[in-house]
Amino acid sequence: MRRELMTGNAAAAWGARLARADYLPAFPITPQTEIIETVAQWIDAGEMNCRMVMMESEHSMITAAGAAAATGVRVFTATSSQGLLYGMEMLYTVAGWRAPFVMANVSRGLAAPITLEPDHNDILAARDSGFLQIHCATCQEVLDASLIAYRVAEDARVRLPVIVNLDGFYLSFTREPVDIPSQDEVDAFVPPFDAGPTRFRAGKPMSQAVAVLGGTPYSYFRYETHLAARAALEVYAEATDAFERQFGRRYGALDAYRCDDADIIFVMMGSFATKAKDAVNKLRAIGERVGLLRPILLRPFPDTAIRQLLAGKKAVAVIDQNISMGMGGVLHGEVSAALNGSKDAPPVLASFVGGLGGRDISAEEFFEIAAETRRAAENGETPPPRLLFTESELREIRKLQAIAHVEHGSDEAEGNRNGEGEERHA
Amino acid sequence: MYRIRFHGRGGQGMKTASRILGEAFFLEGFEVQDAQRYGAERRGAPIFAYVRAAKEAIHERGVIARPGLIVVADDTLVAIAAAGVMQGLNEDCVVLIDSAESAAAWAERLNLPGPVIILPAHDTREAGEAAFVGVECAAAAACLAGVISQAYLEEAIRRELAPMGDEVVAQNLGIAADAYAKMEPYAGIVRADGTLSARAYKPPDWVDLPLEGVSLAGPAIYGGVNSELTNTGLWRTMRPVIDLERCNKCSWVCVSSCPDSAIQARADGTPEIDLDHCKGCMLCVAQCPPHAIGAVPETEALAREKAGEPVCAAN
Repeated sequence: MRRELMTGNAAAAWGARLARADYLPAFPITPQTEIIETVAQWIDAGEMNCRMVMMESEHSMITAAGAAAATGVRVFTATSSQGLLYGMEMLYTVAGWRAPFVMANVSRGLAAPITLEPDHNDILAARDSGFLQIHCATCQEVLDASLIAYRVAEDARVRLPVIVNLDGFYLSFTREPVDIPSQDEVDAFVPPFDAGPTRFRAGKPMSQAVAVLGGTPYSYFRYETHLAARAALEVYAEATDAFERQFGRRYGALDAYRCDDADIIFVMMGSFATKAKDAVNKLRAIGERVGLLRPILLRPFPDTAIRQLLAGKKAVAVIDQNISMGMGGVLHGEVSAALNGSKDAPPVLASFVGGLGGRDISAEEFFEIAAETRRAAENGETPPPRLLFTESELREIRKLQAIAHVEHGSDEAEGNRNGEGEERHA
Repeated sequence: MYRIRFHGRGGQGMKTASRILGEAFFLEGFEVQDAQRYGAERRGAPIFAYVRAAKEAIHERGVIARPGLIVVADDTLVAIAAAGVMQGLNEDCVVLIDSAESAAAWAERLNLPGPVIILPAHDTREAGEAAFVGVECAAAAACLAGVISQAYLEEAIRRELAPMGDEVVAQNLGIAADAYAKMEPYAGIVRADGTLSARAYKPPDWVDLPLEGVSLAGPAIYGGVNSELTNTGLWRTMRPVIDLERCNKCSWVCVSSCPDSAIQARADGTPEIDLDHCKGCMLCVAQCPPHAIGAVPETEALAREKAGEPVCAAN
């Protein structure tokens, strides 16, 4: 084992290399490209024995990944944002094939308007596809999750593809110290993929992914896929226990940080959660009993563990780095569903939306979220959802609108600017 | 925690500078985070990179809001708001700027509250050595931080630049040693500090966004075309030059090949290149049937113009 500075993208590539991926169908997209560039260099230098094929789109790439996994080889691939959405049809399809492979998604906000920086609307668009989802907060987690993902994906109780999610820029282009485990240790943790009987071989014809007509067989296969995803909770727990025994690092389905004696809890996913962790430490330093609950597994959703961890807390602030148009923060809805019917559920479950398209969340904003949530706990009233957006930012928007001559667009715009203004966003 | 931000232009080596400094801190036993932020992915566009280093685990992430040191590799960036050079300036923040002008001038112009240091290699830097500004910035920052030995700085340079070959490493080591030595009078001036208290903080000025009609809130530009006002010709490194004696006035070919509509034809078919908007892609050079358009390095073209000589391509 050695410790080196590396980007999240390099950590994902190391995951593929150490897991001895046999096949990597690829298509480049910012901010993911460094992953496939890194693997390509290793293959070129003879350091990695893998067949890499540049496809003509993500749709083909995901099809190829699923088809290759169905032959019983180990497959890795990677995409981001618009690319993930371009392949969306095949995400559902290959998950339905029960083809296990690992795909890194480097989160990036979706168009329109277009951006390069991260939020989670891309990965959440794949929420219901049948892919399992592991959300990383550090570069180390990206490498480790890639290995854990193969154990879970290939387990006969699960046999589903897994997305390892890392945030663009904040992880993809950020170097941090990462422990690179030795190949021997990884070989012991991720043995060669044994596909059992579901495995294509030339000269041994079989059909996979058969078509069905009618709701009865369809319901059966769809629900079995759901049950397999639910079974992944236990398989993930076994895999992470084994990972801890082998490598000494502990990953739960949830990262519960200073939650035990906390009365206020931040709930947040991804790399921005380390900012929340920093804020928790600073709030603890002045005696505020605040903790952070970070779902690492989003699919399957660790609802029981969330219910148990949040039981008896005074108030919860869910900070969503995504937005479901017409509904609000996705994680807020998921946590709310997990708490439904629980008699010691926290009386206040506040919703904050922030970090869209990589918009920063400052330490002061975390302090204020904690303060607002504490006030809500005291008067027993959940505040309306809040977008993290400041007067200064609105001034910047007004400046851009002035440059774009938006105020001259139509009379309606003038009317809106002068009149309405009471409805609240988010 | 040390928080250091590098500002430069694409091609100046700011990413490499942040990686050299990050690696040097790492070798000194610090926890490190280094990253770069791309915007427009082209040479010459403003970019920045940053390094955090601390003895404990780093949970902060993303753009540094309160830097202890801002390094500016190109002083023309200061006036570009989008480059964000001035972001988070405070009285404890040191500004290191590569400039032909004095520290006092910059302090006065920008009303800078903290110390300003000029990267001194500027005056003596010989033609052709501008490519090394990245390593100069890294070495100067390492010295200003005061906790990085020259030996580890050099080891970091070797590690980061190894793929570029021994000769490049050796050149960079020499330039780094020079920059590090020149910063000795200020060694340790950068403070590892800035921990914010959750007790007395300035609350964010959150606003409740109003619902606005689509003509206001849709991402549309109603203003007239203003791209003509932007001198994209400044991006050019090669200039297309038409030899009118060879030109057969088939101007439809070059005019329609220009992706920037920077070639227009006169009534008699003679093409004219709008040098304010030609980015120097050289497509017209490739397309010209009689090979009448040549390529001249922009620096050479400017020098000839300055000397009052005609600009023409070599045959």
